[in-house]
Amino acid sequence: MKAAISIGFFLLLYEAVARSGWFAAALVPTLPVVAKTLWWMLADGTMARHALATLYRVFAGLAAAAATGLLLGFLMARYRPVERFFLPLVSALMPIPSLAWAPVFILWFGLGDTATILVVFYAASFPMILNTWTGARAVNPLWLRAAGAMGAGGAAMFWKVVVPGALPFIITGLRLAFQRSWIAVVGAEMLAASAFGLGWVIFDAKEFLNADIMLASLAVIGAIGFLFERLVFGSLERSTVLRWGMVRAAKA
Amino acid sequence: MRWLQAAMPFVVVAAIWEVVAHSGAFPPRLFPPLEEVATTLVRLTAAGILPHHAAETLFRLGAGFAFAATAGIALGIAMGRSRRAEDFLMPLVSIGAPIPGLAYAPLFLLWFGLGDTGSIVLVAFVAAFPIILNSWTGVKAVKEIWLRAAQTMGADGRRLFRHVILPGALPYILTGLRLGHAQAWRILVAVEMLAAVDWGLGWLIFGAREFLNTDAMLAGIAVIGAIGLALEKVVFQRLENYTVVRWGMMAA
Repeated sequence: MKAAISIGFFLLLYEAVARSGWFAAALVPTLPVVAKTLWWMLADGTMARHALATLYRVFAGLAAAAATGLLLGFLMARYRPVERFFLPLVSALMPIPSLAWAPVFILWFGLGDTATILVVFYAASFPMILNTWTGARAVNPLWLRAAGAMGAGGAAMFWKVVVPGALPFIITGLRLAFQRSWIAVVGAEMLAASAFGLGWVIFDAKEFLNADIMLASLAVIGAIGFLFERLVFGSLERSTVLRWGMVRAAKA
Repeated sequence: MRWLQAAMPFVVVAAIWEVVAHSGAFPPRLFPPLEEVATTLVRLTAAGILPHHAAETLFRLGAGFAFAATAGIALGIAMGRSRRAEDFLMPLVSIGAPIPGLAYAPLFLLWFGLGDTGSIVLVAFVAAFPIILNSWTGVKAVKEIWLRAAQTMGADGRRLFRHVILPGALPYILTGLRLGHAQAWRILVAVEMLAAVDWGLGWLIFGAREFLNTDAMLAGIAVIGAIGLALEKVVFQRLENYTVVRWGMMAA
């Protein structure tokens, strides 16, 4: 309720500025214009095509990053030499912003999906690797010994003890990876996409001073990010680590 | 010996890179050997080109981050102290924070123009969110008992704020500044590519694409990574050591 008041007040303020005539209407469109643009883009399916193109790139990159991160993270936690080899590399590469690689990837793979997906992959890999590695090492040693005493072999130990034990960290890693790739994909699409994508449509709209399209796409980007954060990761947590009683739900 | 061990992974990766680069599988313009990247790095530094790019980027980072820190800490503390400010600002912050900062980039460039103003405003805007949220959490996390103890000892509002709340919230505020800086650095590199500024590390690597100067790109990426890491380690680590670690509030 209070949230509605403050958001309403902010929107009114924006509307007042937009109608005041201080700024060009093309640059600061009124809210009804933005809403109408959003409605048209949703109705004729262009917004859906842009959103699908972006989601495809995010999930291709994120899936590759999750696979790499899980594999590498578990191997690093299990074998010392693997850890010694990859940890310095990870710490050296991590501080480089993923978008700094965009021009190189464009040069190597051309404009389009491959370069964008690689940028997403780069952005999402590090939280996956680090969280899996931390999670696998943070598994309670008592559980390992108990399972060992009860005769669990290597495979059973891994699937029934290490993986579930590391899961809270892995889910957090996935969540961070999604946040990062959601940022990276928008930037990469502005630089590298050729026809579709939410980042591309915002950047393209700048050329034609279509601030209404920009604001409408911005709203869609925010909404999709919010939905994933709340629904996908929230329900993933509820059905696994929360249900097993490993972490408690934050008070709403 | 330990030094050697840490260097090993880099030597292996560099050796693989060299083999691939010299094998002729890819055109050397696109996949330059490392000695060429190093030569370019030295040449660009000696000619003063690289320092000029870096200086412009650091100026934008500093200006944007200074705004973000001032506004972010002020708003965060206001939200932590006053119920009314919290009720009003919290919904706006929680809507704004999850939207990728780069999605605003074209809009800000449209509103504030290409070049310094647009990129500084964007950096400030993006970096402000983690700073606001962490300062707010920090003020909320100050122990009730410290407040009551100070009050019974006769501290008035100003002294309470200056000697109890501010130091108590500082570990969180510093974390916020650190996160804000990391975000600012990422966004800045990308926005320099989009805004086509004359000087800046982002532009250096993106502009090099036009002339297939992959060596200049890789040199630029190395510098971006090094500066990001140096700021993080030197500035923020030191800030923490001088304050919260020295006061015994956080382990080093």
